[in-house]
Amino acid sequence: MTGELSSGDSVVCRFGKKPVSGTFITSRDGLAVVKLETGYNIGVPVTALTFVSRPEIVVSPEITVTQDESLPKLSIVSTGGTIASRIDYRTGAVTSQFDAEDILRAIPRLRMIGRYRARKLTTILSENMTPVIWQNLSKAVYEEIQQGAEGVIVTHGTDTMAFSAAAISFMLDTSVPVIFVGSQRSADRPSSDNTMNALCSASVAASELSEVAVVMHGSSNDDYCAIHRGTRVRKMHTSRRDAFRSIGVPPIGSVEYPSLSVRLEQFALRRGSVEPALRNGIEEHCGLLSFYPGMSPSSVEAFSGFAGLVLSGTGLGHISTALIPAIRALIANGTVVVMTSQCLHGRVCDRVYDTGRDLIKAGVIEGEDMLPEVALVKLMWVLGNQEDRQSQELLMRTNLKGEFTGRSVNGF
Amino acid sequence: MDFDALGLKAGIEIHQQLNTREKLFCHCPTILRKFDERTGEIFRYLRATESELGEIDRAAQEEMKHERLFCYYRYDTTCLVECDEEPPASLNPEAIEISNIIARMFSMTPIGQVHTMRKLVIDGSNTSGFQRTALVAIDGVLPNGGSIDTICLEEEAAQRVEGDTFSLDRLGIPLVEITTSPCMHTPEEVLEIARYLGMVLRSTGRVKRGLGTIRQDINISIREGARVEIKGVQDLDLIAEVVRREVLRQKNLLDIMAKLRERGAAVLPEPVDVTGLFEHTESTIMKKASQILAIRLPGFAELVGTEIQPGRRLGSEFSDYARKCGVGGIFHTDELPAYGITSGEVSVLRKTLSAGEDECIILVAANAEKALCAAQQVIFRAATSLRGVPEETRKMLEDGSTAYMRPLPGAARMYPETDVYPVTIDRDWYDLLPIPELLTEKRDRFVREYHLDPTLSSHLVSSERVFLFERAVSIGISPSLAARTLLATLKELSRAGIDTSHISDEDLLGVLHAVEEGRAAKEAVPRILEQMAAGAKIDQALKECAPAVSREELEIVVRRIVKERSSLITERGLGSLGPLMGVVMTEVRGSADGKLVSEVLKQEISRYLKESGAAAR
Repeated sequence: MTGELSSGDSVVCRFGKKPVSGTFITSRDGLAVVKLETGYNIGVPVTALTFVSRPEIVVSPEITVTQDESLPKLSIVSTGGTIASRIDYRTGAVTSQFDAEDILRAIPRLRMIGRYRARKLTTILSENMTPVIWQNLSKAVYEEIQQGAEGVIVTHGTDTMAFSAAAISFMLDTSVPVIFVGSQRSADRPSSDNTMNALCSASVAASELSEVAVVMHGSSNDDYCAIHRGTRVRKMHTSRRDAFRSIGVPPIGSVEYPSLSVRLEQFALRRGSVEPALRNGIEEHCGLLSFYPGMSPSSVEAFSGFAGLVLSGTGLGHISTALIPAIRALIANGTVVVMTSQCLHGRVCDRVYDTGRDLIKAGVIEGEDMLPEVALVKLMWVLGNQEDRQSQELLMRTNLKGEFTGRSVNGF
Repeated sequence: MDFDALGLKAGIEIHQQLNTREKLFCHCPTILRKFDERTGEIFRYLRATESELGEIDRAAQEEMKHERLFCYYRYDTTCLVECDEEPPASLNPEAIEISNIIARMFSMTPIGQVHTMRKLVIDGSNTSGFQRTALVAIDGVLPNGGSIDTICLEEEAAQRVEGDTFSLDRLGIPLVEITTSPCMHTPEEVLEIARYLGMVLRSTGRVKRGLGTIRQDINISIREGARVEIKGVQDLDLIAEVVRREVLRQKNLLDIMAKLRERGAAVLPEPVDVTGLFEHTESTIMKKASQILAIRLPGFAELVGTEIQPGRRLGSEFSDYARKCGVGGIFHTDELPAYGITSGEVSVLRKTLSAGEDECIILVAANAEKALCAAQQVIFRAATSLRGVPEETRKMLEDGSTAYMRPLPGAARMYPETDVYPVTIDRDWYDLLPIPELLTEKRDRFVREYHLDPTLSSHLVSSERVFLFERAVSIGISPSLAARTLLATLKELSRAGIDTSHISDEDLLGVLHAVEEGRAAKEAVPRILEQMAAGAKIDQALKECAPAVSREELEIVVRRIVKERSSLITERGLGSLGPLMGVVMTEVRGSADGKLVSEVLKQEISRYLKESGAAAR
């Protein structure tokens, strides 16, 4: 019975013509998964197994991580994600389990870039991230900076990394690099991008930058990582290594691999330009609504009572005329409404066509060329830190952390 | 060699590509491309990872000794899955079916739930750093009384272009890996079983054919020796020779071990830095190296230079190990002076190290890091020679000798493929899978049922067109016409440098059908196919090459010829049939069937003889 078997038990498997020995792994879909001596797993009826012995638990020796005291002091704050994940026997799927020290053990070359302090904040898949965890994360990063960290690396699942990077950008004025990093191919595979991404992120964390940024593969090759501003970055592919792209602006720099030399653009903020400060209030009761043709006013009405709503409109920032009364009602009831564009590239302008003018008249704030998700995060942060309606609107119209560009330049 | 006395045990691993429409884990076609058709290149590093039990595979660790940048060619027939930029799709159901049919042909037990695994292979041949593989069935039966241990369904690796450059077209083509137990005891038996396995696989009609589509690995051990896996034996004719040479190698290594022990030989655990001794050397390799290390092997003199296999010495084995660190090779005193190293330098070396007569010294020359790595490898391999034969994975060299590749991989190289769901095999489905007729049975049946010549029949079943032949016969084409066309005619055309490979099966059947219906003469078949090979559509080719001559038209031509050659006919009577046959056939240029020509000619000659005879009377 598998009820009595636990992972790692030696078993005899009577399935083919002759019995074979193996290791019980788990039970799944009513079958027992057994690892044969050849390393292959197979699924067999539970009744085919006989218990032989339970192995003694061998504790693998702790490898003490020696660190070079002359190198910059860096902190690794881990939140989980595929940069540090391993297989879950029960589901057979990949889950986040490692902590920051495991990363150091797995990627020894990191020790040649800095000396590290590891801090495990959570171990979640990034789709389970919440605004409350953003708050905890910003606090943790701030504390690390206060305690002398010369750079902070945040390991993060890639799915919502851009949201978190934007959130920390707004919550934290940073005097050191705060670098978000993850991997698109899980760390348990020899081809994972985790090693290169982690090394590049450490190199940026030790660099002259003082911004919140995302450092991930710049191409499908293992040749360089791009450094993206936390408020301009977006995951633009489900699976490619170079999924992260700066939208509407060039990346703020790049890191060559394997040399790890960092190149920063002129407009990237350098160390010493800002004093560290934390302001991490958040209003969670905000929504993001992507408009589509034929959308019912009830979809808008569903946000009634929300503190804020970001619209992801078509083209220059439009929704259908039929929705305008519902928008008007939302605003009248106190919801702050911001317009962005599904185009992602380019600036919202609601003064060109009638529906746009109606929206402005109704009190919708034009979100300039902010990405819809970034506008949402900013709105949550603004509403969480500023009570006065007029100040809220003013902040939404002000470029705080590079989330707007003042000029729409050619080529992006 | 008395293989029985030596205790030879051999097993085979056969890898056969399946002829599926799509690859094993993506929807790309399973076709190979020319390298210059590539649409791009990607560059990647690979690194060893721990298994789920927390171990690193020793074979993988060996490959990691120096970091390599791999280059991959991609094509418009490959996708992000081959580039390791997208998770794999589900296991290809067509491949599952074929592998289970093969399992049934060997009376195997299917696995109830098939789990895809990742087999760590970081030699660059897979972009992911692992080869996906799944155990499909176990415990099969062989005609020699031996057994098949397993059938696995695997993805084919990328093809090496050269060095660390690979081509992604081949990556992901499904293949079955059939592993026998070590149930063979002579080189000939290994060949026989390999042939049998190949025949069974081809009997399915669903495997790829041609060079490189089937590969054998052979596992060999002798008593007191060790299990050695020899990879990539593509040429069946070399199998027996590979086995013989491996037995010889293991026997010689055991002899060397005995001599070393008798001499009390030893391996000094630390290499000695002798860079200074070669300051003024003329040897280019030594000059270039920033560090030269000496490995001291007292008691090894003469033995490192001993041949253990044609063209291979114990020193070659040391050299193979050292190369894993990225060095070009090693020097040993058994072969020196040579390679620009003078006898003077050797004596200085021996003197400086106070080396005895029976000491062999190995030199490695490279940068400090590589030299140390190589020296450690040599020390490891030399120490092993005191214990006998190491367990290894080896690769076949051109003539049947072998070189070291890496240690035998262990179970630690296997890791579950988390991106692919297990597939449950329904036992009733399995039991109802049709078992194809074996090619050997087909051969006998063709002789029996179609009265084909036994040799022709043998050729036919060993041709990949045998299934097309059967289709042709099933639609009413005469077996001899089908066999001749599909076997002889196509071969003759290809010998004449005409590429008929892109003529579809349907078109071939169409041509045969036209002949069978009398719309084309069978003599015209080569010309029709030649036209089609040059790009003509079947109807066009039929029309141009074989406007079939009607009986009436033929009679007119024949009567004319008979009239022209009347003296010949008068002279030889019906004996003129033979010579005139040729004249008529040339005239009608294959537009009429020979049988018909002969019939009409005979009729007209008889008529002429009768009429002229009557006139004479």
